This record gives sequence, C-alpha cells and structure tokens, in this order.
Amino acid sequence: MTAVLETEGLSLQFGGVNALSDLSIHIEEKSLHAIIGPNGAGKTSLFNCLTGYYRPSSGAVRFQGSEVTGLDAAKVAGLGIRRTFQNIRVFPKMSVLENVLAGGHLRATANLFSIAVASPGFRRNERQLHQEAMASLEFVGLADQWNKLAGDLPYGMRKRMELARVLIADPVVVLLDEPAAGVSSVEREELSRVIQRIHDRGTCVVMIEHDVDLVMEIATTVTVLDNGRIIASGQPLDVRNNPDVIRAYMGRKRK
Amino acid sequence: MRGGLVVAAAAVAAFIPQMTQNQYFLGVAFQSEMLMCLALGLNIVVGYAGMLDLGFAAFFAIGAYTTGILSTKEHWSIIASIVPGVVIAVVCALIIGFPTLRLRSDYLAVVTLGFGEIIQTIAINLNQTGGPTGIYAIPALTIGSVVVNSNTGYYYVFFVLVIVFAVFCTRLRGSRLGRAWLCIREDEDAAKAMGINTNHYKLYAYVFGAVLGSVTGSLYAPALTAISPASFGFSESLLILMAVAIGGLGSIWGVMFGAAVVEIFPEVFRSFAQARLLVFGVALVILMVVRPRGLFPERAFQGLGAWIRARVGHPVIAPPLRVAAEAVMTSSTEEP
Amino acid sequence: MSLLLNEIGNGIFLGAFFGLVALGYSMVYGILRLINFAHGDFYMVAAFVSYTILGAVLVGHSHGQWWTVLWVGILVMVVTGGLAMLVNQLVYRPMRRAAILSLMIAAIGLSQVLENGVLVTPQWGASYLVYPVTTPAAGFNLGSNHYTWGQLIIVLVSGLLALGVYFLVGRTLLGKAMRAVSEDRIAATLMGINVDLVIGIVFFIGGALAGAAAVMTGVYYGQINYLMGFTVGLEAFTAAVLGGIGNIGGAVLGGLILGIVQSIGTGLFGAEWAIVVAFGALVLMLWFRPTGLLGERVARRM
Repeated sequence: MTAVLETEGLSLQFGGVNALSDLSIHIEEKSLHAIIGPNGAGKTSLFNCLTGYYRPSSGAVRFQGSEVTGLDAAKVAGLGIRRTFQNIRVFPKMSVLENVLAGGHLRATANLFSIAVASPGFRRNERQLHQEAMASLEFVGLADQWNKLAGDLPYGMRKRMELARVLIADPVVVLLDEPAAGVSSVEREELSRVIQRIHDRGTCVVMIEHDVDLVMEIATTVTVLDNGRIIASGQPLDVRNNPDVIRAYMGRKRK
Repeated sequence: MRGGLVVAAAAVAAFIPQMTQNQYFLGVAFQSEMLMCLALGLNIVVGYAGMLDLGFAAFFAIGAYTTGILSTKEHWSIIASIVPGVVIAVVCALIIGFPTLRLRSDYLAVVTLGFGEIIQTIAINLNQTGGPTGIYAIPALTIGSVVVNSNTGYYYVFFVLVIVFAVFCTRLRGSRLGRAWLCIREDEDAAKAMGINTNHYKLYAYVFGAVLGSVTGSLYAPALTAISPASFGFSESLLILMAVAIGGLGSIWGVMFGAAVVEIFPEVFRSFAQARLLVFGVALVILMVVRPRGLFPERAFQGLGAWIRARVGHPVIAPPLRVAAEAVMTSSTEEP
Repeated sequence: MSLLLNEIGNGIFLGAFFGLVALGYSMVYGILRLINFAHGDFYMVAAFVSYTILGAVLVGHSHGQWWTVLWVGILVMVVTGGLAMLVNQLVYRPMRRAAILSLMIAAIGLSQVLENGVLVTPQWGASYLVYPVTTPAAGFNLGSNHYTWGQLIIVLVSGLLALGVYFLVGRTLLGKAMRAVSEDRIAATLMGINVDLVIGIVFFIGGALAGAAAVMTGVYYGQINYLMGFTVGLEAFTAAVLGGIGNIGGAVLGGLILGIVQSIGTGLFGAEWAIVVAFGALVLMLWFRPTGLLGERVARRM
C-alpha cells in the first residue's frame, strides 16, 4: 500500500534541543496509525511539522507523493490534512455550529458579490454547508448543542466538537492529538467508536495517544517515538512486546 | 419575530424628522447615523477580525477630502467623487496593512495610530487640502434631480447608508468571510488549521473598513459643506472605537447603540465642556474592566442557522433528513 | 557635513529621551504582551508633577538648583513609578484574563483620563507651561558644533539608567524572575514567583524611567504641555519596535536610531513632519526587518 503521508530524515531543532532527529515515518493510506511514546518524545512536534506549524530544520514531508515541507499551515489544511490540538483549540465565542462551519471554510462561497446580494447560489451553498455541519455534529453526538457558545461546553464535548470540525472538511488524513486525554471512561468509549467510524469511512487516521488500551483496540499500525527518534513501528502487538519500547517506557531493568 | 421588530424600529426611526423641526436635534441625529456608519466599518476590523485600529479616522478623512477637493476644484458630482476616495483609501489600506498585518496585531495598533497622524498632518500642511482651515463651500449632494441641503435631507441619506452598511455587514458575517474573521479573532493558529489564509483575511477586513469609512467621509463633506483637519484626528478615531467597544465587539445592533451613545452623551453633558473627554475616558476604563466585551456581548450568531431551523422544523434536523445524514456519514449501517 | 554631524549629535541626544521611555514600553510589553498606551502619559504626568514640585521648592532660590533638581527628580521617579503600579493594580490586574484587545482599549481610555485630567486641573490646563529650571548654555565644542554640559549630563544619566536596568534584568534574581514571568507566567507561578509583585515592579521601573525622562525634558526644553505624552509615547513605541520589542538593548538602540533619523528628517523636511518621519521609519522597518534591529525577545508559544 502506498504511503499517503510520510517524512524522510525529518529533523527539528530548538536552540540546543533536538526535538526530532532524522525521523522517517510512513503512514499508509486508510490506516489507523497510532503514535505513542513517553512525554517529550516529539510527537506533537512531529504533528506540527506535518501540518505546517513548525518548519523542520532538515528533511522532507510528503503528502500523496508530493513535497509539502515547510508549506504554510493553511495550505496544508487545504490539501486535505486536518488536525486537532493537544490542548483543544475551539473558537470560544462562536457557536458550536459556526465552529464546525469554520472547518468547512474552503467549501463555502467566496464570491463577494454573491455574498453581498445573498444570491440563490450563495444560499444554496450555505444551506448545504449548514446541513453537513449538522450531520457532522450528529456523527459525534452533539447536534443538540449546535447553538451553544463553544467556550461554554464542557471538556469532553469540546473534544468531540473538534472532531466534527475536522470531519466537515472531508479530509484525506486526520491527525488527532491525544483525542482521549482527560475524558471519562464513558466518553472514551464514545470517542473510540467515533474514531473507528471515521476510519471506516476510508479516512486515514493518525493519532497521538497515551491510552495504550485504546491504541491496542483500534490501531492498525503503531509507531513509537522516543527522544525524537522512531524506536519501533509495526503491528500493535509486536510493538507492545518490543524490548526497546518497554525499556523506553519503563527504564532499564535493575541488575 | 425579530425581523418584525427591526422593520418596526426602522419605520419609527424614519418618522423622526417628521416629528420635529428642531435643527439642532436633527443635526445630532444625522451625525449619530454617520457615526453608526463609521462604527460599522470599524466593527469589521475590530469587532469581527479582532484587530485594534486606532487610526480609522484616516479613511474617513480620505473620503471627505477627496470629495471636498474634487467637488470644489474640479466640479465633480458628490456621487462620482466617492469612487476615487474609495480607491485611495484601499490603496492606503494595502500599503499600511500588507507589512503590518502579517505580524502581531499589537503592531497594527500603533501603525494605524501613526497612519492617522500622518493623514492629519498631511491635511494640515498641504496647500491642496486647504491647510489648517480646510475646505469650504462644498456643494450639496444631488441625487438625480433632488438636491439635499437640509438636516432632514441628510438624516435620510445617512439613514439609508446605515441600513445598507448594516445589511452588508450582516451578509458578510453570515458568510465564510465573517466566520473566518471571527476565527482569526478567537484563535489565529486554529484558524489556519481551518485552511483560512489569515494574512489575506486580515487584509480584507482592513480594506472593507477603509471602504466603509471612505464612503461615509465622502457623504460627510457635503453634509457639513466645510471640512477641516481638526475633525479627523486621534480623538475622532477614538470616538469611533469607543462606539464599537461600548456596543459590544461584533454586534451590529450593539455597535449602532454605542455610536448613538457616543454621539448623544456629550451633547447631553455639554455643560461639562473640557471634562467631557475625561468622563468618557473614565467610563471607558470602567467599562473595559467590568465588561471587557462591551455592553452587548456576542451570543451565538443566528443568521442562516435560524432560517434552516425554521424551514426544516424542530428538532434541528427533521427525522428523515437526520437518517439521510447518518447514511451519508457512515459507510456501514451498524447501529450501536 | 558639519550640519549632518550636528544633527546626529542632536539625534543622539533626542534618542536618550526616546530610549528611556521606550525602555518602559518594552519592559511592560515583554512581560504582559501589552502596549501600554498610557505609558507616554505617565511621562507627561511626571513632567507636570515635577513642574509643580520644583515650582514650589525653588521659589526665590537660584543656587543649589542642581541638587534640588536631582532629589526632586528622584522623588518624581518614585511617584511616577508608584502611579504606574497603581494603574496596573486598579486596571490591568483585574483584566488579567480579558482579551488583549479589551486591555488595549482600557489603556487608551486611561490615556484619555490622564491627558484630560491634566487638562482640567486648574493649575495646569491646556497651555504650554514654562518649566522652573532651565539649562545654562555653557558647554564645550566638538569640531564646529557646540554642545552644552546639560546635554552631556542628560545623555550620561540616561545611559546610566539604561545600564542599571540592563544589569537588573540580566544579573539579579529579580531580573531572572522578570524574564521567567515574561516567558511563561504559569510556570513562574509554580516556581513560587509572586507574579503580580514582579509585574508591579516592572510597571514601577517603567514609570520611574519615564519620570526621569520627563524631568530631563522639562529641564532641557523648558516647557511642558498636556499633549507631550501622546507624541513621545508614539515615538517611544516606534523606537522600541525599531530595536526589537521586549529587548532592553533594542529599546536603547532604537531610541538612538529614531532620534537620529528624526533629527535628520526634520532638518530636511521641517519640524511639523516629525511624526511622519518617525512612522515612515517604523513602516520601513516592518517591511524589511519586522523583528527589529536586535531581534525580539518575546517568547513564542506553540
């Protein structure tokens, strides 16, 4: 299978710190690829490089075969790579519906004249977008919250809203940064289902996670990062039993 | 229901000039409307896109002076002179905006302030702009065969302009432009993740503001028949900003209310004279400390969402539509 | 050529003022990400306060002026610093969580309060007031240009104060706390740093520097006016950005450069275009080197 998203020799340095060192990762299309590793391993930095928030010091990022290294974040999003954030970033003073509509920005009418006169074409486009936004919200179970201000939502709902916001863009690859962090076990079940359904639709899902059970449950591939390098990659069970991985998480065995 | 209220309010407002002959009152009234127009323009920059613009009066000045000069020296009609005013305003907005907007919006604040000062300095020091005395004997606005030369007349002119601007801004707000601006205001990095080219959109906001400000200025010139640099300084920019801040960033009604307050408040407290701005300053500070988002903080924007709800019934999506949506979103039809 | 040197000399001197005020702007921005528009007005209020104090104290005396100016100057620095701290406590601190936009609007309101407050105060008002102390013309010559001792002293004092701030921020524990708060306020709190106190102190220092600049302005230029803070505030901010906002050395360098540029500019175009020159310089800098000459020292989160 071809890699929909891959890096080659990716390195990222902040001053004296090597966040990423010569990292080459291959994300197969239609996979549910989990990225795990101890804190500070460089997982979010990798996401930031993939999505154009950080410019890598060296190396390349490729999407569907084409070079996208160093592209602006907005451009990357436009290509069909969407992401969520580790510390959920919603637009607090906008309604839930509008948050999701924002995700559909690139699919909305851009013609100033149509907008100014509220032409039939504009209305049609907006109506469709609204319906898709509501459908996305239905998908994550938030349809009845559509009119609340996003900043007023509780944590778990905001996480789900972020997912809906990503979905409306009909992305090729979805990068989820710790989707299950800080949620209750009930919500975790729900999130797991939603993520699987996203994957079932054919969207490639890449997720950073600490919840090993969740990863074992739904991931098709697992990559382990430590200190900015890949130390293992492959099927979930193989990776879990990999001694390097165990050492990275647990430390060396005492003699 | 809400639409009905709006129409009723508009009808009442339209009748105001019929109820009084008091020229002072009518003068304050049309100046209020004019400030509403300016506030609506600034609202796009400050309220929607969240960029602090401290030199908005510069665009107001550009429109007014362009119209003033072209109508007195070159005998252009007022309406025709609006266009070059807008063109100059847009060019200035691009020159100022392009380097500054891609940086932090804090810089924009000071650069816009400086820009306002520069425009005012130019107006004061150039012969073509009439120097400190400004431009006088500006002809009246003519629309077809109608010559507008009374307070009542300009009341209606600005009345129409307020409505046009308000509708335009509402349309913008209910489109991807408005949403993009709000995203930029709320969280610029997250906005990028939506595919929004934040640099471009910030520039759009600034340019739209410039256009609205310039058009208002072009109609201000004939309304007052004489303009001088003194009315286009930082104080003026500040008053417009206060209208937006008091009314509530982003809210169209709030901004219009704020403009009315800002215009009428000093008239009511005329006797305070010098202390007016002092009282204003104190009021502004207290307001910001207590209500940083203004008197009418934003609630969820209704726009098209309400329209859809009305059309397809409660709950938000009627059952048949919901099932269809589900089918679209999932390839498999397994139920939990 | 000697005209150019003269203008450069004037520019350096002018820059001393800008630099001091710019320092205050830069420090507050560095720690709060806030452009305190009222900062220029602290400077203005200080000028008026010193005017009143000096006027009262110097009545009838013409000897021992300089010692009087010195201790009044220090007193005014403390008072202005206190004013700045008070403003922070009453206005900015309660607004800690508000959007930066609201904070800046509040700052503008504050600026109006200070300016119009001075305007309506009976002893002060709108006109230009003559400062009770003036610098004697005695001086020295460098080439064909004449510089007064007063100018030299002002430049030296400014330099000393700037150096003092530099050491404070770079070499003391307090300075380290300031830098910590500037980088990551929450982490600083977790380290046991009293963030509110540190911020208050930063305001105090900024205000004190503005106070010093105010006294020097009064002494040198001989007159003060309630709008002087507005213009100097703009120019000081421009200087801070020119040098790199948040950067101590940058504020001073920016001040010098702006002073020189403005001096040459007004020489070429006339004094009324001073603001245009200053802003032209700012816009040019933003076009070509947005981080300023010495680069920014503002932590980027992401």
